[in-house]
Amino acid sequence: MYRLKDSGPAVLVIAVLIALWWLLVSLTRSVIFPTPLAVLTGAWELVEDGSLWRHIGASLMRVVVGFGLAVCVAVPLGLWMGWVRGAFSTLNPIVQILRPISPIAWIPIAILWFGIGDASPIYLIFISSVFPMIVQTIVGVHTIERRYLRAAENFSVSRRVLFTRVVIPAVLPQILVGMRIGMGVAWLVVVAAEMIALHSGLGYMIMDSRNAGNRYDLVIAGMIIIGLIGLMLDGSMRMLEQLRWVRWRYVH
Amino acid sequence: MSTKIEIRDLGKSFPSEQGRLAVIENVSLRVNDGEFVALVGPSGCGKSTLLNLMAGFIRPDTGSVTIDGAVRSKANSKGILISQQGSVFPWLTVRENLAFGLQGRDAAEQNRTADHYAEIVGLRGFENSYPHELSGGMLKRVELARALVVKPDILYMDEPFSALDALMSLRVRNELLRILRIERHTVILVTHDVEEAIHLADRIYVLSERPTRIRATFDVPFAHPRKLSSPRAQQLRIAVLRELGVELDEPADIPLATPTESIDPGK
Repeated sequence: MYRLKDSGPAVLVIAVLIALWWLLVSLTRSVIFPTPLAVLTGAWELVEDGSLWRHIGASLMRVVVGFGLAVCVAVPLGLWMGWVRGAFSTLNPIVQILRPISPIAWIPIAILWFGIGDASPIYLIFISSVFPMIVQTIVGVHTIERRYLRAAENFSVSRRVLFTRVVIPAVLPQILVGMRIGMGVAWLVVVAAEMIALHSGLGYMIMDSRNAGNRYDLVIAGMIIIGLIGLMLDGSMRMLEQLRWVRWRYVH
Repeated sequence: MSTKIEIRDLGKSFPSEQGRLAVIENVSLRVNDGEFVALVGPSGCGKSTLLNLMAGFIRPDTGSVTIDGAVRSKANSKGILISQQGSVFPWLTVRENLAFGLQGRDAAEQNRTADHYAEIVGLRGFENSYPHELSGGMLKRVELARALVVKPDILYMDEPFSALDALMSLRVRNELLRILRIERHTVILVTHDVEEAIHLADRIYVLSERPTRIRATFDVPFAHPRKLSSPRAQQLRIAVLRELGVELDEPADIPLATPTESIDPGK
């Protein structure tokens, strides 16, 4: 975990970048590219009329639903594929073909299937975050150390106990890694999806600000807010690493 | 005493780049109920394979392993293997590890039994600790206690003390002897440490380089507690080492081993 004093240099770099930005905008006398102050006042405008919270809420809701569905599918499927050889050899090729398809490529099909509403971005988030989590879960099962499986075999425990006391706890840290990756992808995708076709969300807010009168202050405010929320989402996933069920993996 | 384990003409080979590699050839031995037997051999000889065959984790190519008169088929909780690297589950607490073999029983009974054995191996107060919070010696005790909980007839121990420093190894060994006085188990110990074998075993089988055969058998007729520096223990050590291809000088000039100092009860 970061300590406060370790973040000193990072804060400095950010301050320098903001200063540079300010300087360049002033020097070039740009009429369209905003200064940091303009971005801040623009963002404040959105806070005051309440639309910022509405957009953030809409984006987060889509991420939570899409990502949650992906977890519900990826974890059992990954465990099954990792544990049962036949399931792996049957399904892994399909996973490997679908996995590299960019979520952006799915947008037309999402609109065709789900129309322009919340369902399309939720589907896009699902499809983009489900594969990394499936793959990580499979890797987790495949890398369970043999000595633990042997010990379980030695005590002749039932299949249920083998799964609940050995396999799942052993894979949980890898599942968490997958969830962190999946959450990152989900946040990337929700913004991209909202840029295409919706009436709420941070992605929509950015496109709408540009279209409705070149409000680049709001565009940049939106970008920075997206970055900060992404950071917080990743931080919250990292906090899960402190849970007692996975902590054994991160000590030493 | 009744025969616990009988091995007849056991053979095992594994595929390798140069064709099949014979790891074990024509091994026959018999272990009585309650006996402590050590299998001593050079590193990489096939001792662990022999132990895994006995415990039922691998099947022999030829010959058979008979336990209590029945041919051994699969590993089960009547014979628990304590492996070299250790297999204490890092995601379970000490108590949960100890209760692992008791799944399906009443939860209160599981905890009671687990805590009882934690006490026996000297882990009282650590029941709720996680393995990463324990030292190497304590982990070995957890592993031993987890095995004892299911009251196995046989303990198969694969170099269980090799990862411990000399002092800790001695302490855990004494602990094991103390426990074995309370709960009789048949023990098969695989080791490359001759002193450890003389300290613990009733009988020592010296194994050859691969493919493993039995080179020699030594009885260890000393009562416990044993004094490893006694002349007879030293003589036995030299004899075992000689079978392993190591020549040592006679211990006559080692001052530690004077007979007056010795309290070797086997004399």
